[in-house]
Amino acid sequence: MRTPKRRRLYLVLACGLCFAAAVGLTLAAFSSSLTYFLSPRQLVAKPPPMGQSFRLGGIVEVGSVSTTLAGTTPTTHFAVTDGRAAVDVRYTGVLPDLFREGQGVVAIGSMGPGGVFVADEVLAKHGAAYMPKDVEQALKEAGKWNPKFGPPPPASTWNTMQVKAGS
Amino acid sequence: MIPELGHFALACAVALAFAQGVVGIFGPSLRDPRALYATPLLACSHFAAVAGSFLALVWAGVVSDFTVENIADFSSAATPLLYRITGIWGNHDGSMLLWCLILSLCGLAVALFGGELPASLRARVLGVLGLISGGFLLFTLSVSDPFTRIWPPPLNGAGMNPILQDPGLAFHPPVLYTGYVGFSVAFAFAIAALIEGRVDAAFGRWVRPWALLSWCFLTSGIALGSWWSYYTLGWGGYWFWDPVENAALLPWLTGTALLHCAIVVEKREALKAWTVLLAIATFSLSLSGTFLVRSGILNSVHSFAAAPDQGLFILALLGLTIGGSLLLFAIRAPVLAAAGIFAPISRESALVLNNVFLCAIAAVVFTGTLYPPFANLLFGVQLSVGAPFFNQTVLPLAAPIIIAMGFGPLLAWKRADFAPVLQRLYLAGGVAAVVFLVMAANRHIIAALGLAGGAWVVLAAFTDLAQRVRLFRVPLGQSVARFFTMPRASIGAALGHIGFGVTVLGIAGMTLALQSVVVLQPGQSTKMGGYVWTLQDIHSAPGPNYTRRVADITVADKDGVFLRLHPSRRFFTTQKTITNDAAIHTNGFRDLYAVFADESAGGGAELRLNDHPMAPEIWIGGLIMALGGFFSLSDRRLRVGAPSRKRVAAAVAS
Repeated sequence: MRTPKRRRLYLVLACGLCFAAAVGLTLAAFSSSLTYFLSPRQLVAKPPPMGQSFRLGGIVEVGSVSTTLAGTTPTTHFAVTDGRAAVDVRYTGVLPDLFREGQGVVAIGSMGPGGVFVADEVLAKHGAAYMPKDVEQALKEAGKWNPKFGPPPPASTWNTMQVKAGS
Repeated sequence: MIPELGHFALACAVALAFAQGVVGIFGPSLRDPRALYATPLLACSHFAAVAGSFLALVWAGVVSDFTVENIADFSSAATPLLYRITGIWGNHDGSMLLWCLILSLCGLAVALFGGELPASLRARVLGVLGLISGGFLLFTLSVSDPFTRIWPPPLNGAGMNPILQDPGLAFHPPVLYTGYVGFSVAFAFAIAALIEGRVDAAFGRWVRPWALLSWCFLTSGIALGSWWSYYTLGWGGYWFWDPVENAALLPWLTGTALLHCAIVVEKREALKAWTVLLAIATFSLSLSGTFLVRSGILNSVHSFAAAPDQGLFILALLGLTIGGSLLLFAIRAPVLAAAGIFAPISRESALVLNNVFLCAIAAVVFTGTLYPPFANLLFGVQLSVGAPFFNQTVLPLAAPIIIAMGFGPLLAWKRADFAPVLQRLYLAGGVAAVVFLVMAANRHIIAALGLAGGAWVVLAAFTDLAQRVRLFRVPLGQSVARFFTMPRASIGAALGHIGFGVTVLGIAGMTLALQSVVVLQPGQSTKMGGYVWTLQDIHSAPGPNYTRRVADITVADKDGVFLRLHPSRRFFTTQKTITNDAAIHTNGFRDLYAVFADESAGGGAELRLNDHPMAPEIWIGGLIMALGGFFSLSDRRLRVGAPSRKRVAAAVAS
């Protein structure tokens, strides 16, 4: 049977198989490797199990960055905050150029012993004015920042919640 | 004064673009020859207006006219000339103008080089291009005007983001945009063909060179961007599966599929509707790639040019373009009856297989990229879909393509036999098997699969070339002569496959990379990757608009010191920021990569040292792919534009 219909059937079958494979792979990968994006507040409220990989996003708390040495291997410690809670982060590696205190970062890793987030990778946002949505919301709710009146207050003041008039 | 002229030219361009659109699309149905001749002229003047506007902005940048807000915000008196010019497209408004400039350049190219086309088809193609361009020019003019003035002007500009002060910015965006925007021509051809209701072999012949040209630019643009991201810190290395990177990959995938199935349309008149759909999909993905990222819907580490307030306008434009073209396709597609029939084992089937898998990869990448914003909208959770997801889904789907790439070019059209093809590929298959076994014995399974796949593709493409010149079966001189008389398109195709194989080799090699982070005092050394790395000294050095601290590192193997690396940290005074300048030494097959991360309190330097085997092959492969495309474009068949048998027949019939 070498009719055009039969040939078209092969084609449709091949396409169907391939897309079934694509859907199957997608679902399998979704169930195993989807990483959640958590803010420090969410992390503190409901800590994920140790070893599960996720992303932590927020602002580097001012005055929290320090480095310790074990032999010749340095480890950087800093805290990531969203204005409501702060999480300690440990990272061995080179921090991106835009990493600074008071800047937005995204850290990828998992929780280690003692409530410390062990980062495998730390990324800084390109934009200097980056601010996580949660932080923005929190600042607006706290009455500390109205986007109409210029840039947000420095991150160092967020945890202390003093209300400044204007800026 | 000059910026006002630029602004005026931009307004003229909007009017001209819409005129080109209306005259081009509706003119041919009025059967008025004046409309057919006016459209190319309108396309030329439209380009002139946009180019004038762009030059005015460049002029304002070069002379540092800080009364223009765009210049004051992103440039400063101390910025070097190169970055005063490239900074124009380093921000949102200016990059929009560059985007429109390239789009109007595409229209100009069709007007100038489209003399071979039937006049009504050319007018309609230009009309579609004019409408798209008009929409985006209107957006630029009304919502993101790059010529806005400020008064009083600041004494000095705010300066450019130091991380963007890099030659990467000079080349990557224009090349990438040319790739994105170039697919608008293939799109316009598809829409015009749908309006005319005729898709034949000639359509494949006209669309392919344009699709190929933009594919070459897109490939080089992605390769350049990947390289830039590789030597800049904090951008996640050569490929991070970031939404912006995926946005460039998606049109590349469907564009590659388009290139391959346009061959089938041209040679065999099959898969017509599918080709038209791919042309629409590719440009739609280019558009959404450029703009979804800027509209703030997708979150990215690379989104330096965001304009979230203008998202609605962009979404409306996207909806009109994509929705309108798909609607037209739905109405007109039944007209496009297939003609060619082929057996399950044939060149056509191999190309269909390539298309199916490329589109499956595109669908998976699309899902992974767009799932997080939808999950946020629907379920209120913040998710991110990262590298593990894409590696798990894309790599299994890429494997069949890699295997089929070896066979495909050797199969005959219409009906083929597997056995003789397999016989010819014994060398490629044998080498791939040996590579796999050697690497697998060292327990690098992923690298083994990748290296074997890359070797298979490269050697199979060489086998194809050797077959065509009948190497070793006729005297060598005759083979060389055959090589030079071979159609350049076949050489280009083989080069494209070789380039892809080389990139696969590079990516596979990178899975064997080594890294070490150490703090060294001057004089201290460490061992990594079989070498001894010694920090000799740390010293200061001047730069044009920054000062820098340089670390001198020597690398030694057992024969002594063979390399000195000088990674540095740059301190930009205007912006009070620090950037890292990595030192990379390459011998073409292995990169030694050193970063001066920080100066520690005790006087030492914190260094990151990397050994990246095969890393340069990632971009060399991309370059070979693009070269293959350009080579194929120089084929005599495309340059001369010889009318095909079908086109003559169609002309006679109508």
